[in-house]
Amino acid sequence: MAEFKGVMVYGETTEGKLTALTTELLGCGRRLADELKEDLLCILVGEQLGEAPQSAIVYGADKVYTVEDPLLKEYQTDSYVTVMEKAIKDISPQILLLGQTAIGRDLAPRLAFRLGVSPSMDCLELNIDPDTKLLQGTRPVYGGNARAIFVSESLPQMATVRQKAMSPLEPDESRKGEIAPIKVELDPAKIKTKVIETVKEEVEGIKLEDAEAVVAGGRGIGGPEGFKELEELAKILKGAVGASRPPCDNSWVPDTLQIGLTGKIVTPELYIAVAISGSSQHLSGCSGSKNIIAINKDAEANIFKEARFGVVGDWKQALPAFTAKVKELLAG
Amino acid sequence: MNMIVCCKQVLDPEAPPASFKIDPASNTVLQPPGVPPVVSPFDEQAVEAALRIKDSQGGKITVLTLGNNLLRDVVKKPLSMGADELVLLEDEVFEGGDSWSTAYALAMAIKKIGEFDLIFCGRQAADWDAGQVGSGIAEILGIPSITVAKKVEAIDGKVRVERVIADGYQVVEVTLPALITVTNELGEARYATLKGIMAAAKKQPTIWKPVDIGVEPSQIGAAGRRSKLLKLFQPVREGKCEIIEADTPAEAGANLAVKLRDAKLI
Repeated sequence: MAEFKGVMVYGETTEGKLTALTTELLGCGRRLADELKEDLLCILVGEQLGEAPQSAIVYGADKVYTVEDPLLKEYQTDSYVTVMEKAIKDISPQILLLGQTAIGRDLAPRLAFRLGVSPSMDCLELNIDPDTKLLQGTRPVYGGNARAIFVSESLPQMATVRQKAMSPLEPDESRKGEIAPIKVELDPAKIKTKVIETVKEEVEGIKLEDAEAVVAGGRGIGGPEGFKELEELAKILKGAVGASRPPCDNSWVPDTLQIGLTGKIVTPELYIAVAISGSSQHLSGCSGSKNIIAINKDAEANIFKEARFGVVGDWKQALPAFTAKVKELLAG
Repeated sequence: MNMIVCCKQVLDPEAPPASFKIDPASNTVLQPPGVPPVVSPFDEQAVEAALRIKDSQGGKITVLTLGNNLLRDVVKKPLSMGADELVLLEDEVFEGGDSWSTAYALAMAIKKIGEFDLIFCGRQAADWDAGQVGSGIAEILGIPSITVAKKVEAIDGKVRVERVIADGYQVVEVTLPALITVTNELGEARYATLKGIMAAAKKQPTIWKPVDIGVEPSQIGAAGRRSKLLKLFQPVREGKCEIIEADTPAEAGANLAVKLRDAKLI
Protein backbone atom coordinates (compact mmCIF):
# COMPACT_ATOMS: atom_id res chain seq x y z
CA MET A 1 0.00 0.00 0.00
CA ALA A 2 3.08 2.19 0.26
CA GLU A 3 2.68 4.03 -3.02
CA PHE A 4 -0.86 5.22 -2.22
CA LYS A 5 -0.64 8.14 0.21
CA GLY A 6 -2.82 10.98 1.33
CA VAL A 7 -6.51 11.78 1.54
CA MET A 8 -7.74 13.77 -1.44
CA VAL A 9 -10.87 15.88 -1.73
CA TYR A 10 -12.29 16.66 -5.14
CA GLY A 11 -13.51 20.23 -4.57
CA GLU A 12 -16.22 22.10 -6.44
CA THR A 13 -16.35 25.85 -6.93
CA THR A 14 -18.92 28.40 -8.00
CA GLU A 15 -17.77 31.83 -9.11
CA GLY A 16 -14.29 31.35 -7.67
CA LYS A 17 -15.51 30.17 -4.27
CA LEU A 18 -15.57 26.71 -2.70
CA THR A 19 -19.05 25.27 -2.39
CA ALA A 20 -20.35 24.62 1.13
CA LEU A 21 -20.18 20.88 0.55
CA THR A 22 -16.50 21.18 -0.42
CA THR A 23 -15.72 22.77 2.95
CA GLU A 24 -17.61 19.88 4.59
CA LEU A 25 -15.52 17.39 2.60
CA LEU A 26 -12.35 19.16 3.71
CA GLY A 27 -13.50 18.96 7.33
CA CYS A 28 -14.15 15.23 7.01
CA GLY A 29 -10.98 14.66 4.98
CA ARG A 30 -8.88 16.46 7.61
CA ARG A 31 -10.14 14.07 10.30
CA LEU A 32 -9.42 10.99 8.14
CA ALA A 33 -5.97 12.30 7.16
CA ASP A 34 -5.08 12.97 10.80
CA GLU A 35 -6.16 9.47 11.80
CA LEU A 36 -3.98 8.02 9.05
CA LYS A 37 -1.18 10.53 9.84
CA GLU A 38 -1.14 11.62 6.22
CA ASP A 39 -1.65 14.83 4.27
CA LEU A 40 -4.98 16.25 3.18
CA LEU A 41 -4.89 17.00 -0.51
CA CYS A 42 -7.46 18.88 -2.53
CA ILE A 43 -7.92 19.01 -6.28
CA LEU A 44 -9.83 21.79 -8.02
CA VAL A 45 -10.74 21.62 -11.69
CA GLY A 46 -12.24 24.38 -13.83
CA GLU A 47 -11.70 27.24 -16.22
CA GLN A 48 -10.68 29.80 -13.61
CA LEU A 49 -10.46 28.93 -9.95
CA GLY A 50 -9.99 32.40 -8.45
CA GLU A 51 -9.43 32.42 -4.70
CA ALA A 52 -10.72 28.89 -4.21
CA PRO A 53 -7.31 27.13 -3.93
CA GLN A 54 -6.21 29.43 -1.09
CA SER A 55 -9.59 28.97 0.53
CA ALA A 56 -9.12 25.17 0.46
CA ILE A 57 -5.98 25.64 2.59
CA VAL A 58 -7.88 27.89 5.00
CA TYR A 59 -10.44 25.07 5.35
CA GLY A 60 -7.85 22.41 6.11
CA ALA A 61 -5.94 21.24 3.01
CA ASP A 62 -2.15 20.77 3.13
CA LYS A 63 -1.72 20.77 -0.61
CA VAL A 64 -4.04 21.95 -3.37
CA TYR A 65 -3.69 20.76 -6.94
CA THR A 66 -5.27 22.98 -9.55
CA VAL A 67 -6.20 22.19 -13.14
CA GLU A 68 -7.29 25.21 -15.17
CA ASP A 69 -8.23 25.02 -18.84
CA PRO A 70 -10.83 26.78 -21.01
CA LEU A 71 -12.07 23.30 -22.02
CA LEU A 72 -13.02 22.75 -18.37
CA LYS A 73 -15.43 25.70 -18.22
CA GLU A 74 -18.38 23.37 -17.78
CA TYR A 75 -18.47 19.95 -16.26
CA GLN A 76 -18.49 17.29 -18.94
CA THR A 77 -17.95 13.65 -18.14
CA ASP A 78 -15.31 12.95 -20.79
CA SER A 79 -13.04 15.90 -20.02
CA TYR A 80 -13.30 15.74 -16.25
CA VAL A 81 -12.78 11.98 -16.06
CA THR A 82 -9.67 12.37 -18.25
CA VAL A 83 -8.29 15.05 -15.93
CA MET A 84 -9.02 13.07 -12.78
CA GLU A 85 -7.65 9.82 -14.18
CA LYS A 86 -4.33 11.52 -14.93
CA ALA A 87 -4.24 13.30 -11.57
CA ILE A 88 -5.06 10.19 -9.54
CA LYS A 89 -2.46 8.11 -11.38
CA ASP A 90 0.22 10.79 -10.84
CA ILE A 91 -0.62 11.67 -7.23
CA SER A 92 -1.82 8.22 -5.99
CA PRO A 93 -3.92 9.23 -2.98
CA GLN A 94 -5.23 6.34 -0.91
CA ILE A 95 -8.62 7.96 -0.40
CA LEU A 96 -10.59 10.18 -2.77
CA LEU A 97 -13.71 11.98 -1.53
CA LEU A 98 -16.25 13.74 -3.74
CA GLY A 99 -19.58 15.43 -3.03
CA GLN A 100 -22.83 13.70 -3.90
CA THR A 101 -23.76 16.42 -6.37
CA ALA A 102 -24.73 16.60 -10.03
CA ILE A 103 -20.98 16.43 -10.74
CA GLY A 104 -19.91 13.94 -8.08
CA ARG A 105 -22.58 11.36 -8.78
CA ASP A 106 -21.60 11.41 -12.47
CA LEU A 107 -17.84 11.70 -12.12
CA ALA A 108 -17.26 9.21 -9.29
CA PRO A 109 -18.67 6.04 -10.91
CA ARG A 110 -17.18 6.68 -14.33
CA LEU A 111 -13.76 7.53 -12.87
CA ALA A 112 -13.95 4.51 -10.56
CA PHE A 113 -14.66 2.12 -13.42
CA ARG A 114 -11.74 3.61 -15.36
CA LEU A 115 -9.44 3.16 -12.36
CA GLY A 116 -10.81 -0.29 -11.53
CA VAL A 117 -12.02 0.67 -8.07
CA SER A 118 -15.37 0.67 -6.27
CA PRO A 119 -16.77 3.85 -4.67
CA SER A 120 -19.33 4.09 -1.86
CA MET A 121 -21.92 6.60 -3.01
CA ASP A 122 -23.88 9.15 -0.95
CA CYS A 123 -22.16 8.42 2.37
CA LEU A 124 -23.51 9.84 5.63
CA GLU A 125 -20.53 8.69 7.69
CA LEU A 126 -16.91 7.85 6.92
CA ASN A 127 -14.54 6.16 9.34
CA ILE A 128 -11.16 4.49 9.31
CA ASP A 129 -11.21 0.91 10.61
CA PRO A 130 -8.66 0.92 13.45
CA ASP A 131 -7.36 -2.56 12.53
CA THR A 132 -7.29 -2.62 8.75
CA LYS A 133 -6.92 1.18 8.27
CA LEU A 134 -9.49 0.85 5.48
CA LEU A 135 -12.21 3.42 4.84
CA GLN A 136 -15.70 2.38 5.92
CA GLY A 137 -18.57 4.26 4.29
CA THR A 138 -22.08 4.25 5.74
CA ARG A 139 -24.75 5.01 3.16
CA PRO A 140 -28.53 4.91 2.90
CA VAL A 141 -29.91 2.05 0.81
CA TYR A 142 -33.39 0.80 -0.08
CA GLY A 143 -34.70 4.32 -0.47
CA GLY A 144 -33.56 5.26 3.02
CA ASN A 145 -35.20 2.25 4.69
CA ALA A 146 -31.81 0.87 5.64
CA ARG A 147 -28.16 1.82 6.00
CA ALA A 148 -25.24 -0.18 4.75
CA ILE A 149 -21.56 -0.06 5.66
CA PHE A 150 -19.25 -0.79 2.76
CA VAL A 151 -15.51 -1.27 2.47
CA SER A 152 -13.31 -1.78 -0.57
CA GLU A 153 -9.71 -2.86 -0.72
CA SER A 154 -9.04 -1.48 -4.20
CA LEU A 155 -7.07 1.78 -4.16
CA PRO A 156 -7.76 4.61 -4.14
CA GLN A 157 -10.74 4.02 -1.88
CA MET A 158 -13.45 6.33 -3.17
CA ALA A 159 -16.58 7.77 -1.58
CA THR A 160 -19.09 10.46 -2.34
CA VAL A 161 -20.55 12.35 0.62
CA ARG A 162 -24.02 13.75 1.11
CA GLN A 163 -24.55 17.47 1.73
CA LYS A 164 -24.68 18.55 5.34
CA ALA A 165 -23.61 15.13 6.61
CA MET A 166 -20.17 16.44 7.67
CA SER A 167 -19.03 19.64 9.38
CA PRO A 168 -16.47 22.07 8.00
CA LEU A 169 -13.54 23.24 10.12
CA GLU A 170 -13.49 26.80 11.38
CA PRO A 171 -11.66 28.72 8.64
CA ASP A 172 -8.09 29.52 9.72
CA GLU A 173 -6.49 32.26 7.64
CA SER A 174 -3.07 31.55 9.16
CA ARG A 175 -2.96 27.96 7.88
CA LYS A 176 -0.08 27.27 5.51
CA GLY A 177 -0.27 25.03 2.48
CA GLU A 178 1.05 24.51 -1.01
CA ILE A 179 -0.73 25.21 -4.29
CA ALA A 180 0.47 23.08 -7.21
CA PRO A 181 -0.91 23.72 -10.70
CA ILE A 182 -0.96 20.63 -12.91
CA LYS A 183 -1.38 20.52 -16.65
CA VAL A 184 -3.47 17.91 -18.39
CA GLU A 185 -3.54 17.74 -22.19
CA LEU A 186 -7.14 17.57 -23.38
CA ASP A 187 -8.13 16.52 -26.87
CA PRO A 188 -11.41 18.28 -27.80
CA ALA A 189 -12.13 15.48 -30.30
CA LYS A 190 -12.43 13.05 -27.41
CA ILE A 191 -15.16 15.05 -25.68
CA LYS A 192 -18.28 13.47 -27.12
CA THR A 193 -20.78 15.69 -25.37
CA LYS A 194 -21.54 19.36 -25.90
CA VAL A 195 -23.33 21.63 -23.44
CA ILE A 196 -25.85 23.65 -25.44
CA GLU A 197 -27.24 25.71 -22.57
CA THR A 198 -27.68 25.81 -18.82
CA VAL A 199 -31.16 26.68 -17.64
CA LYS A 200 -31.63 28.00 -14.11
CA GLU A 201 -35.00 27.28 -12.56
CA GLU A 202 -34.50 29.29 -9.40
CA VAL A 203 -37.69 30.16 -7.61
CA GLU A 204 -38.11 33.59 -6.08
CA GLY A 205 -37.32 34.21 -2.46
CA ILE A 206 -35.20 32.22 -0.06
CA LYS A 207 -33.34 29.21 -1.43
CA LEU A 208 -34.79 25.94 -0.26
CA GLU A 209 -31.43 24.60 0.97
CA ASP A 210 -30.81 27.74 3.02
CA ALA A 211 -34.27 28.25 4.50
CA GLU A 212 -34.76 27.93 8.27
CA ALA A 213 -38.41 27.07 7.72
CA VAL A 214 -39.64 24.76 4.96
CA VAL A 215 -43.28 24.14 4.11
CA ALA A 216 -43.48 21.01 1.98
CA GLY A 217 -46.45 19.49 0.20
CA GLY A 218 -47.07 15.97 -1.02
CA ARG A 219 -49.35 14.00 -3.28
CA GLY A 220 -52.33 14.83 -1.08
CA ILE A 221 -52.14 18.52 -2.03
CA GLY A 222 -53.82 17.40 -5.23
CA GLY A 223 -52.66 20.03 -7.70
CA PRO A 224 -50.77 23.29 -8.28
CA GLU A 225 -53.49 25.47 -6.64
CA GLY A 226 -52.93 23.94 -3.21
CA PHE A 227 -49.29 24.95 -3.30
CA LYS A 228 -50.37 28.62 -3.28
CA GLU A 229 -51.62 28.07 0.28
CA LEU A 230 -48.25 26.55 1.19
CA GLU A 231 -46.50 29.57 -0.33
CA GLU A 232 -48.58 31.90 1.80
CA LEU A 233 -47.52 30.08 4.97
CA ALA A 234 -43.88 29.96 3.83
CA LYS A 235 -43.94 33.70 3.26
CA ILE A 236 -45.28 34.38 6.74
CA LEU A 237 -42.56 32.13 8.23
CA LYS A 238 -39.89 33.70 5.98
CA GLY A 239 -39.20 30.24 4.65
CA ALA A 240 -39.36 28.30 1.42
CA VAL A 241 -41.73 25.84 -0.21
CA GLY A 242 -40.66 22.30 -1.03
CA ALA A 243 -42.34 19.14 -2.20
CA SER A 244 -42.10 15.39 -2.16
CA ARG A 245 -41.70 13.57 -5.46
CA PRO A 246 -45.29 13.22 -6.73
CA PRO A 247 -46.02 16.98 -7.02
CA CYS A 248 -42.78 17.40 -9.01
CA ASP A 249 -43.35 14.37 -11.22
CA ASN A 250 -46.87 15.68 -11.93
CA SER A 251 -45.49 19.17 -12.74
CA TRP A 252 -47.54 20.90 -10.04
CA VAL A 253 -44.30 22.56 -8.92
CA PRO A 254 -40.82 22.86 -10.50
CA ASP A 255 -38.54 19.83 -10.15
CA THR A 256 -36.08 22.00 -8.23
CA LEU A 257 -38.45 21.97 -5.23
CA GLN A 258 -38.11 18.22 -4.80
CA ILE A 259 -36.86 17.10 -1.38
CA GLY A 260 -35.67 13.54 -0.96
CA LEU A 261 -33.30 10.88 -2.08
CA THR A 262 -33.29 12.10 -5.68
CA GLY A 263 -33.86 15.75 -4.84
CA LYS A 264 -32.58 18.28 -2.35
CA ILE A 265 -31.40 17.59 1.18
CA VAL A 266 -32.72 20.15 3.68
CA THR A 267 -32.03 20.58 7.39
CA PRO A 268 -34.15 23.55 8.55
CA GLU A 269 -35.18 24.39 12.11
CA LEU A 270 -38.80 23.85 11.16
CA TYR A 271 -40.09 21.44 8.52
CA ILE A 272 -43.83 21.46 8.01
CA ALA A 273 -44.94 18.44 6.00
CA VAL A 274 -48.42 18.89 4.58
CA ALA A 275 -50.22 15.89 3.06
CA ILE A 276 -46.92 14.01 2.84
CA SER A 277 -47.11 10.34 3.79
CA GLY A 278 -43.41 10.14 4.64
CA SER A 279 -41.93 7.56 2.31
CA SER A 280 -38.39 6.64 3.22
CA GLN A 281 -37.05 8.23 0.06
CA HIS A 282 -38.66 11.55 1.02
CA LEU A 283 -37.47 11.31 4.63
CA SER A 284 -33.94 10.85 3.28
CA GLY A 285 -34.10 14.49 2.24
CA CYS A 286 -35.64 16.02 5.37
CA SER A 287 -34.92 13.81 8.37
CA GLY A 288 -32.04 16.07 9.37
CA SER A 289 -34.56 18.86 10.12
CA LYS A 290 -34.58 19.98 13.76
CA ASN A 291 -38.37 19.88 14.12
CA ILE A 292 -40.73 18.09 11.76
CA ILE A 293 -44.41 19.02 11.95
CA ALA A 294 -46.89 16.84 10.09
CA ILE A 295 -50.41 17.47 8.86
CA ASN A 296 -51.94 14.35 7.35
CA LYS A 297 -55.39 12.78 7.34
CA ASP A 298 -53.95 9.28 7.76
CA ALA A 299 -53.08 8.68 11.42
CA GLU A 300 -50.93 5.73 10.36
CA ALA A 301 -48.84 7.80 7.92
CA ASN A 302 -45.13 7.19 8.30
CA ILE A 303 -44.40 10.92 8.61
CA PHE A 304 -45.79 10.88 12.18
CA LYS A 305 -42.93 8.56 13.18
CA GLU A 306 -40.50 11.39 12.37
CA ALA A 307 -42.61 14.31 13.54
CA ARG A 308 -42.49 16.17 16.84
CA PHE A 309 -46.00 17.59 16.53
CA GLY A 310 -48.81 16.40 14.29
CA VAL A 311 -52.36 17.09 13.23
CA VAL A 312 -54.43 14.18 11.99
CA GLY A 313 -56.95 15.67 9.60
CA ASP A 314 -57.65 17.07 6.16
CA TRP A 315 -55.02 19.69 5.35
CA LYS A 316 -57.63 21.75 3.48
CA GLN A 317 -59.29 22.48 6.81
CA ALA A 318 -56.30 22.39 9.12
CA LEU A 319 -53.85 24.49 7.10
CA PRO A 320 -55.87 27.72 6.63
CA ALA A 321 -56.63 27.82 10.36
CA PHE A 322 -53.00 27.08 11.17
CA THR A 323 -51.74 29.77 8.77
CA ALA A 324 -54.20 32.35 10.13
CA LYS A 325 -53.19 31.61 13.72
CA VAL A 326 -49.47 31.72 12.88
CA LYS A 327 -49.99 35.09 11.22
CA GLU A 328 -51.88 36.40 14.24
CA LEU A 329 -49.22 35.14 16.68
CA LEU A 330 -46.34 36.56 14.67
CA ALA A 331 -48.11 39.90 14.30
CA GLY A 332 -48.81 40.08 18.02
CA MET B 1 -32.86 3.49 -33.75
CA ASN B 2 -31.78 0.39 -31.83
CA MET B 3 -32.27 0.88 -28.14
CA ILE B 4 -31.40 -1.28 -25.15
CA VAL B 5 -32.92 -0.66 -21.72
CA CYS B 6 -31.48 -2.25 -18.58
CA CYS B 7 -34.19 -3.08 -16.05
CA LYS B 8 -33.79 -4.53 -12.57
CA GLN B 9 -36.30 -6.52 -10.55
CA VAL B 10 -36.38 -5.02 -7.04
CA LEU B 11 -38.32 -5.11 -3.80
CA ASP B 12 -41.28 -2.74 -4.23
CA PRO B 13 -40.00 0.63 -2.96
CA GLU B 14 -43.62 1.73 -2.42
CA ALA B 15 -44.22 -1.09 0.07
CA PRO B 16 -45.22 0.26 3.50
CA PRO B 17 -42.05 1.19 5.43
CA ALA B 18 -43.33 -0.91 8.37
CA SER B 19 -43.06 -4.04 6.19
CA PHE B 20 -39.35 -3.48 5.62
CA LYS B 21 -37.31 -6.10 7.51
CA ILE B 22 -33.68 -7.13 7.52
CA ASP B 23 -32.13 -10.48 8.38
CA PRO B 24 -29.06 -9.31 10.33
CA ALA B 25 -27.38 -12.72 10.16
CA SER B 26 -27.18 -12.71 6.37
CA ASN B 27 -27.18 -8.90 5.87
CA THR B 28 -30.07 -9.25 3.45
CA VAL B 29 -33.52 -7.72 3.15
CA LEU B 30 -36.46 -10.06 3.64
CA GLN B 31 -39.12 -10.11 0.95
CA PRO B 32 -42.23 -8.66 2.65
CA PRO B 33 -45.13 -11.13 2.51
CA GLY B 34 -47.84 -10.22 0.02
CA VAL B 35 -45.83 -7.47 -1.70
CA PRO B 36 -44.50 -8.75 -5.03
CA PRO B 37 -41.29 -7.31 -6.50
CA VAL B 38 -41.45 -4.73 -9.27
CA VAL B 39 -39.31 -3.34 -12.07
CA SER B 40 -37.26 -0.58 -10.43
CA PRO B 41 -39.30 2.62 -11.06
CA PHE B 42 -36.33 4.56 -12.48
CA ASP B 43 -35.81 1.70 -14.95
CA GLU B 44 -39.49 1.84 -15.93
CA GLN B 45 -38.95 5.51 -16.69
CA ALA B 46 -35.90 4.52 -18.77
CA VAL B 47 -38.27 2.27 -20.75
CA GLU B 48 -40.61 5.25 -21.07
CA ALA B 49 -37.77 7.43 -22.43
CA ALA B 50 -37.02 4.78 -25.07
CA LEU B 51 -40.71 4.40 -25.95
CA ARG B 52 -41.04 8.17 -26.51
CA ILE B 53 -38.22 7.98 -29.07
CA LYS B 54 -39.80 4.92 -30.64
CA ASP B 55 -43.14 6.79 -30.80
CA SER B 56 -41.60 9.74 -32.62
CA GLN B 57 -39.28 8.02 -35.05
CA GLY B 58 -39.60 4.28 -34.73
CA GLY B 59 -37.02 1.83 -33.55
CA LYS B 60 -36.54 -1.37 -31.66
CA ILE B 61 -36.31 -1.68 -27.87
CA THR B 62 -34.58 -4.64 -26.27
CA VAL B 63 -34.88 -4.94 -22.50
CA LEU B 64 -32.08 -6.56 -20.54
CA THR B 65 -32.62 -7.88 -17.02
CA LEU B 66 -30.10 -9.60 -14.76
CA GLY B 67 -30.86 -11.78 -11.76
CA ASN B 68 -32.01 -15.17 -10.61
CA ASN B 69 -35.49 -16.60 -10.13
CA LEU B 70 -36.90 -13.62 -12.00
CA LEU B 71 -40.70 -13.45 -11.91
CA ARG B 72 -41.95 -13.50 -15.49
CA ASP B 73 -44.98 -11.33 -14.69
CA VAL B 74 -42.66 -8.67 -13.30
CA VAL B 75 -39.82 -8.66 -15.82
CA LYS B 76 -42.23 -8.79 -18.78
CA LYS B 77 -43.81 -5.47 -17.81
CA PRO B 78 -41.62 -3.41 -20.19
CA LEU B 79 -42.84 -5.67 -23.02
CA SER B 80 -46.44 -4.92 -22.09
CA MET B 81 -45.60 -1.20 -22.15
CA GLY B 82 -44.34 -1.53 -25.73
CA ALA B 83 -40.75 -2.83 -25.71
CA ASP B 84 -39.98 -5.39 -28.40
CA GLU B 85 -37.70 -7.99 -26.90
CA LEU B 86 -36.61 -9.25 -23.52
CA VAL B 87 -33.25 -10.81 -22.72
CA LEU B 88 -32.78 -12.32 -19.28
CA LEU B 89 -29.35 -12.93 -17.79
CA GLU B 90 -30.64 -15.51 -15.38
CA ASP B 91 -28.47 -17.77 -13.30
CA GLU B 92 -27.65 -18.24 -9.65
CA VAL B 93 -24.08 -17.06 -10.23
CA PHE B 94 -25.43 -13.61 -11.16
CA GLU B 95 -26.72 -13.26 -7.58
CA GLY B 96 -25.08 -11.16 -4.87
CA GLY B 97 -23.27 -8.85 -7.26
CA ASP B 98 -22.23 -5.24 -6.77
CA SER B 99 -22.09 -2.40 -9.29
CA TRP B 100 -18.90 -3.85 -10.78
CA SER B 101 -19.98 -7.38 -11.43
CA THR B 102 -23.44 -6.23 -12.58
CA ALA B 103 -22.15 -3.60 -15.02
CA TYR B 104 -19.62 -6.08 -16.39
CA ALA B 105 -22.22 -8.77 -17.11
CA LEU B 106 -24.65 -6.26 -18.63
CA ALA B 107 -21.91 -4.76 -20.83
CA MET B 108 -20.93 -8.21 -22.09
CA ALA B 109 -24.56 -9.00 -22.87
CA ILE B 110 -24.89 -5.69 -24.75
CA LYS B 111 -21.82 -6.61 -26.80
CA LYS B 112 -23.50 -9.88 -27.66
CA ILE B 113 -26.71 -8.09 -28.69
CA GLY B 114 -24.34 -6.17 -30.94
CA GLU B 115 -26.28 -3.43 -32.69
CA PHE B 116 -27.27 -0.46 -30.57
CA ASP B 117 -27.48 3.31 -30.83
CA LEU B 118 -28.74 4.14 -27.38
CA ILE B 119 -28.61 2.39 -24.03
CA PHE B 120 -30.91 3.49 -21.23
CA CYS B 121 -30.66 2.77 -17.52
CA GLY B 122 -32.48 4.15 -14.50
CA ARG B 123 -30.45 6.75 -12.58
CA GLN B 124 -30.08 4.23 -9.75
CA ALA B 125 -31.74 0.99 -8.71
CA ALA B 126 -34.45 1.48 -6.11
CA ASP B 127 -32.80 -1.07 -3.80
CA TRP B 128 -29.09 -0.24 -3.48
CA ASP B 129 -29.42 3.36 -4.75
CA ALA B 130 -25.77 3.56 -5.80
CA GLY B 131 -26.28 4.86 -9.34
CA GLN B 132 -23.09 3.40 -10.78
CA VAL B 133 -24.12 0.66 -13.18
CA GLY B 134 -25.05 2.95 -16.09
CA SER B 135 -21.74 4.84 -16.01
CA GLY B 136 -19.94 1.52 -15.54
CA ILE B 137 -21.50 -0.04 -18.63
CA ALA B 138 -20.61 3.05 -20.69
CA GLU B 139 -17.02 2.96 -19.45
CA ILE B 140 -16.63 -0.76 -20.22
CA LEU B 141 -18.10 -0.24 -23.70
CA GLY B 142 -16.07 2.94 -24.25
CA ILE B 143 -19.07 5.11 -25.14
CA PRO B 144 -20.16 8.51 -23.78
CA SER B 145 -22.68 8.68 -20.95
CA ILE B 146 -25.07 11.35 -19.72
CA THR B 147 -26.62 10.74 -16.33
CA VAL B 148 -29.81 11.94 -14.62
CA ALA B 149 -31.75 12.88 -17.76
CA LYS B 150 -35.28 14.25 -17.54
CA LYS B 151 -35.81 14.55 -21.29
CA VAL B 152 -34.23 12.69 -24.19
CA GLU B 153 -34.79 13.54 -27.85
CA ALA B 154 -33.13 12.08 -30.93
CA ILE B 155 -32.26 14.76 -33.51
CA ASP B 156 -30.18 14.30 -36.69
CA GLY B 157 -28.22 11.28 -35.57
CA LYS B 158 -27.51 12.85 -32.19
CA VAL B 159 -29.31 12.83 -28.90
CA ARG B 160 -30.26 15.94 -27.00
CA VAL B 161 -30.68 15.47 -23.28
CA GLU B 162 -31.91 17.64 -20.45
CA ARG B 163 -29.70 16.71 -17.53
CA VAL B 164 -30.93 17.71 -14.07
CA ILE B 165 -28.56 19.85 -11.99
CA ALA B 166 -29.12 21.39 -8.54
CA ASP B 167 -30.78 24.61 -9.64
CA GLY B 168 -32.20 23.70 -13.03
CA TYR B 169 -31.04 21.66 -15.97
CA GLN B 170 -28.44 21.54 -18.68
CA VAL B 171 -29.13 20.82 -22.33
CA VAL B 172 -26.41 18.46 -23.52
CA GLU B 173 -25.92 16.94 -26.95
CA VAL B 174 -24.12 13.66 -27.49
CA THR B 175 -23.10 11.61 -30.50
CA LEU B 176 -24.29 8.02 -30.88
CA PRO B 177 -23.85 5.42 -29.59
CA ALA B 178 -24.36 6.70 -26.07
CA LEU B 179 -25.71 5.65 -22.69
CA ILE B 180 -28.30 7.75 -20.85
CA THR B 181 -29.51 7.31 -17.27
CA VAL B 182 -33.04 8.53 -16.59
CA THR B 183 -34.40 10.30 -13.51
CA ASN B 184 -37.91 10.47 -12.10
CA GLU B 185 -38.38 14.03 -13.38
CA LEU B 186 -38.93 12.47 -16.82
CA GLY B 187 -42.49 11.88 -15.65
CA GLU B 188 -44.54 8.80 -15.00
CA ALA B 189 -44.06 5.76 -17.16
CA ARG B 190 -47.06 4.76 -19.27
CA TYR B 191 -49.38 2.00 -18.17
CA ALA B 192 -49.38 -1.34 -19.90
CA THR B 193 -52.32 -1.66 -22.29
CA LEU B 194 -54.49 -4.77 -22.44
CA LYS B 195 -53.21 -5.37 -25.96
CA GLY B 196 -49.67 -4.95 -24.71
CA ILE B 197 -50.20 -7.39 -21.86
CA MET B 198 -51.60 -9.98 -24.28
CA ALA B 199 -48.71 -9.49 -26.70
CA ALA B 200 -46.20 -9.72 -23.85
CA ALA B 201 -47.77 -12.95 -22.61
CA LYS B 202 -47.04 -14.58 -25.95
CA LYS B 203 -43.41 -13.43 -26.11
CA GLN B 204 -40.78 -15.74 -24.73
CA PRO B 205 -37.72 -14.06 -23.23
CA THR B 206 -34.28 -15.06 -24.46
CA ILE B 207 -32.32 -16.53 -21.58
CA TRP B 208 -28.54 -16.24 -21.44
CA LYS B 209 -26.23 -18.00 -19.02
CA PRO B 210 -22.73 -16.68 -18.17
CA VAL B 211 -21.20 -18.91 -20.85
CA ASP B 212 -23.51 -17.37 -23.48
CA ILE B 213 -22.02 -13.90 -22.90
CA GLY B 214 -18.47 -15.18 -22.54
CA VAL B 215 -17.92 -14.38 -18.87
CA GLU B 216 -16.30 -16.49 -16.16
CA PRO B 217 -18.28 -17.11 -12.96
CA SER B 218 -15.39 -15.46 -11.07
CA GLN B 219 -16.14 -12.13 -12.80
CA ILE B 220 -19.84 -11.89 -12.02
CA GLY B 221 -22.27 -11.96 -9.11
CA ALA B 222 -20.86 -12.20 -5.59
CA ALA B 223 -17.52 -13.52 -6.88
CA GLY B 224 -16.93 -10.46 -9.07
CA ARG B 225 -17.53 -7.88 -6.34
CA ARG B 226 -14.99 -5.14 -5.64
CA SER B 227 -16.80 -3.83 -2.56
CA LYS B 228 -17.73 -5.68 0.58
CA LEU B 229 -20.92 -5.18 2.55
CA LEU B 230 -19.94 -5.17 6.22
CA LYS B 231 -23.30 -4.47 7.77
CA LEU B 232 -26.89 -3.77 6.81
CA PHE B 233 -29.16 -2.20 9.44
CA GLN B 234 -32.26 -0.08 9.96
CA PRO B 235 -31.82 3.41 11.43
CA VAL B 236 -33.69 3.82 14.71
CA ARG B 237 -36.66 6.18 14.54
CA GLU B 238 -37.74 7.79 17.77
CA GLY B 239 -41.44 8.07 17.01
CA LYS B 240 -42.48 10.49 19.75
CA CYS B 241 -45.03 12.58 17.92
CA GLU B 242 -47.45 14.69 19.96
CA ILE B 243 -50.77 14.65 18.13
CA ILE B 244 -52.75 17.86 18.62
CA GLU B 245 -56.25 16.84 19.73
CA ALA B 246 -59.27 18.94 18.80
CA ASP B 247 -62.89 18.59 17.67
CA THR B 248 -62.20 19.66 14.09
CA PRO B 249 -59.09 19.75 11.87
CA ALA B 250 -59.38 23.56 11.74
CA GLU B 251 -59.30 23.80 15.51
CA ALA B 252 -56.35 21.41 15.59
CA GLY B 253 -54.58 23.61 13.03
CA ALA B 254 -55.01 26.70 15.18
CA ASN B 255 -53.93 24.80 18.31
CA LEU B 256 -50.85 23.57 16.45
CA ALA B 257 -49.81 27.18 15.83
CA VAL B 258 -50.13 27.94 19.55
CA LYS B 259 -48.15 24.81 20.37
CA LEU B 260 -45.32 25.83 18.04
CA ARG B 261 -45.32 29.29 19.60
CA ASP B 262 -45.10 27.81 23.11
CA ALA B 263 -42.23 25.59 21.96
CA LYS B 264 -40.55 28.74 20.52
CA LEU B 265 -40.48 27.20 17.05
CA ILE B 266 -42.18 30.20 15.46
